[in-house]
Amino acid sequence: MAREFRLGGAPHLPAATSVQTVMLKVLLALLPGIAVSVIWFGVGLLLQIALACVFALLAEAAMLQLRGRPLRPFLSDLSAPVAAVLFALCLPPWAPWWIAAIGMLSAIVLAKHLYGGLGYNVFNPAMVGYVVVLIAFTRELSAWPALAAGSALAPGEMLHAVFGGGQPWDAMAQATPLDTLREQLGQGRTLAEIRSGPAFASAAVRGEWLALAWLLGGLWLLQQRVIHWQVPVGVAVGVIAVAAPLWLYDSGRHASPLFHLTSGATVLAAFFIATEPVSGAATPRGRLLFGAGVGALCVLIRRYGAYPDGIAFAVLLMNAVAPLLDRWLHPRVFGRSK
Amino acid sequence: MSSSIALHGFHGGLRLPGHKIAASAASSRACPLPPTLILPLGQYGGSLAQVLVAPGDRVRRGQLVARADGLAANVHAPAAGSIVAIEPRPVPHICGLPASCIVLAVDTDADTDDRAICFPPMVEWQQADAQSLLERIADAGIVGLGGAAFPTATKLGYPIELLVINGAECEPWIACDQMLLRERAQEVCTGARIMRQIVGATRVVLAIEDRMQDAAEAVRAALDSSTDIELVEVPTIFPQGGERQLIRVLTGKEVPSGGYPVDIGVLCHNVGTAAAVYRAIVRGEPLLERYVSVTGHGVLAAGTWRVTIGTPVEWLIAQAGGYSGDAARVVLGGSMTGTAIATDAVPIVKASNCVLVLTTDQLRDPAPELPCIRCGECARVCPAQLLPQQLHWFIRAADWDAVESHALIDCIECGLCAQVCPSHIPLVDWYRHGKTELHLRADAQQRADAARKRFEARTLRLAQAQAERTERLAARQAVDEESPASDPIAAAVQRAAARKRSEGGPEHGA
Repeated sequence: MAREFRLGGAPHLPAATSVQTVMLKVLLALLPGIAVSVIWFGVGLLLQIALACVFALLAEAAMLQLRGRPLRPFLSDLSAPVAAVLFALCLPPWAPWWIAAIGMLSAIVLAKHLYGGLGYNVFNPAMVGYVVVLIAFTRELSAWPALAAGSALAPGEMLHAVFGGGQPWDAMAQATPLDTLREQLGQGRTLAEIRSGPAFASAAVRGEWLALAWLLGGLWLLQQRVIHWQVPVGVAVGVIAVAAPLWLYDSGRHASPLFHLTSGATVLAAFFIATEPVSGAATPRGRLLFGAGVGALCVLIRRYGAYPDGIAFAVLLMNAVAPLLDRWLHPRVFGRSK
Repeated sequence: MSSSIALHGFHGGLRLPGHKIAASAASSRACPLPPTLILPLGQYGGSLAQVLVAPGDRVRRGQLVARADGLAANVHAPAAGSIVAIEPRPVPHICGLPASCIVLAVDTDADTDDRAICFPPMVEWQQADAQSLLERIADAGIVGLGGAAFPTATKLGYPIELLVINGAECEPWIACDQMLLRERAQEVCTGARIMRQIVGATRVVLAIEDRMQDAAEAVRAALDSSTDIELVEVPTIFPQGGERQLIRVLTGKEVPSGGYPVDIGVLCHNVGTAAAVYRAIVRGEPLLERYVSVTGHGVLAAGTWRVTIGTPVEWLIAQAGGYSGDAARVVLGGSMTGTAIATDAVPIVKASNCVLVLTTDQLRDPAPELPCIRCGECARVCPAQLLPQQLHWFIRAADWDAVESHALIDCIECGLCAQVCPSHIPLVDWYRHGKTELHLRADAQQRADAARKRFEARTLRLAQAQAERTERLAARQAVDEESPASDPIAAAVQRAAARKRSEGGPEHGA
């Protein structure tokens, strides 16, 4: 007797991947960098990550509920934790808890759900969250811990700093290399003089180790085909294209391209932030140009803007032009001329 | 002998798990004749063949039962028996609607081989002219056996430079071409030579995937030391066996969008088609059977069978040990581009290369898809170099101009985009929907254009008639004005008399 079967369109086998898998791979790739950061800056970072994740998931659940969307598939897609971790990585480890709360509310409610949720955000949610708190709470966000050995806070002090409102400013006051560079170049000192400062040198070296750890995770993401090579290459090209002429013109007053590539959040941004697919360009050449724009704007903001690191602003500005890039840089279709 | 021509790449593609061992481990087996054969009149999407028999007629094996009319293929009785009915039956078509079929009750007592009808063999085919070879191929009902089932004689009707014999069976699970090459390489090579003679090709390339070493051995043995056919092993990347991709890899040239390989002097035929051409020409056999892989986790004894055209899938599955307990979907073709069938009562047709039975756990999760996260993996694998995610957005937004400018029409529906989509969006379904919409739109546009032309022509016609009338009136008035003094009645009488004179009197009256 003939048997009846359920119909369905090709391809018939299930897809080999899922949004959850992609996001999980991004989180895994962040681990080496997180580990190095914890070694340099203390376990406070883990606390910030946990705080951001909790607030992100709470905001996500609340918005899904309000918008009448199913909770399970969207809470388990791990996109909110990825935004939370990327946001937390930008925070000083002992930032008060409400920084994470405000940042994540901005990221998940404002940048993500008010635009339509997963897949619809025009701007990178993590960077929107970061920029909101950076502009609103500049003082709290510039308090990076001293890197000298033995300066780590005891757990009690740390919890007090995060939850109790007591910021041990003196114990922590230490500028990042980018802060130092910016401040001292402003005071008319040359790069060579700044470099010879002991704090700067050790911080810069640690920054390079950190960059290496991000690079490691990023290369794994490339190998896993989670991200496209055009974005990190574009960022590097953009950074070099702006930094190299300045540096060649006057190496006493402008940092080298290599310094720009290895300091601050350049590598993190190149592999993990500018590669956020929803708000980035979708065409291959669009991605290259998107990355280049991020790199170039970042150096310009560092050098001439009001903030020591410009990655977040650069990413958001390029988010705004990404659709235009895609429109211009259409790839050639098989069997058609340009 | 193996050739080492420089291969080119093609954009996208993916190395997929082959799943081909089950269908290619043992030798092929002959599937016994079922009690009933079902022969659809339309084996190809073109027109239907004209029925030559009626219910109750007894037919011999190889007898022509429906004749090609237009772009169609002859249908022959694959076995001796009697015609039971000519009626709509379920056929392997994506729309799932029944279509006209000849139903043949197989005569199990008949000594089929003795009474079979064959064409006179053309053993000296080298001396035959192209026209008689083409006629024989058309008479034998040969269509492309790679899956598209386009009438082969029509495709062979143009002179070309390069003839590609396609054995790059890239679709997962299917191993019928591999098995055919392993067992009948000589037939494939001779068929290729016959085709070359017809189209006057200067080069013949037999392309197989580099994983098919058994087939490569067989072809090398069949070619012996002759160098007239180049055996080329291409990388095993899906959809390498797609005509456009294969031609690009072999020649570096792209078949133009909307065009055919013949536009760049190339012709591509499946290895099975070449073997069928050999059998029709050298042995005088019409196309009555083909290699079919029966495979998948849902069938108990996978393998490749030589199946009589018209055999119900149900019968073939029974020969292969039957279904496993959790068989959930039957697909004709492979997992990437095959067509699911609603019932296993449908017959094996000339285009059927594989019966794939999938189990419940192999099917897509019925959970709702997530929104597109624009990861771009679809664009990375797309062999047509499209932007699948953009197309998906535009189709959802019904922005048909954008769909058209993003070249949806060039989508070959290989399925890779949907296969790699992390959001599990059924992209190919969307593209089929989009293509249908574009088609309907073009149709509506054409009708609107025709209606507009009709209206414009009518307006012009009416205007011309009006103008002529005005002109006539003006002329008459002018005549009247020239002799204003004369009596109008007298003038009328004069005119009437003059007309009568000119008509020559009543004997010639009109």
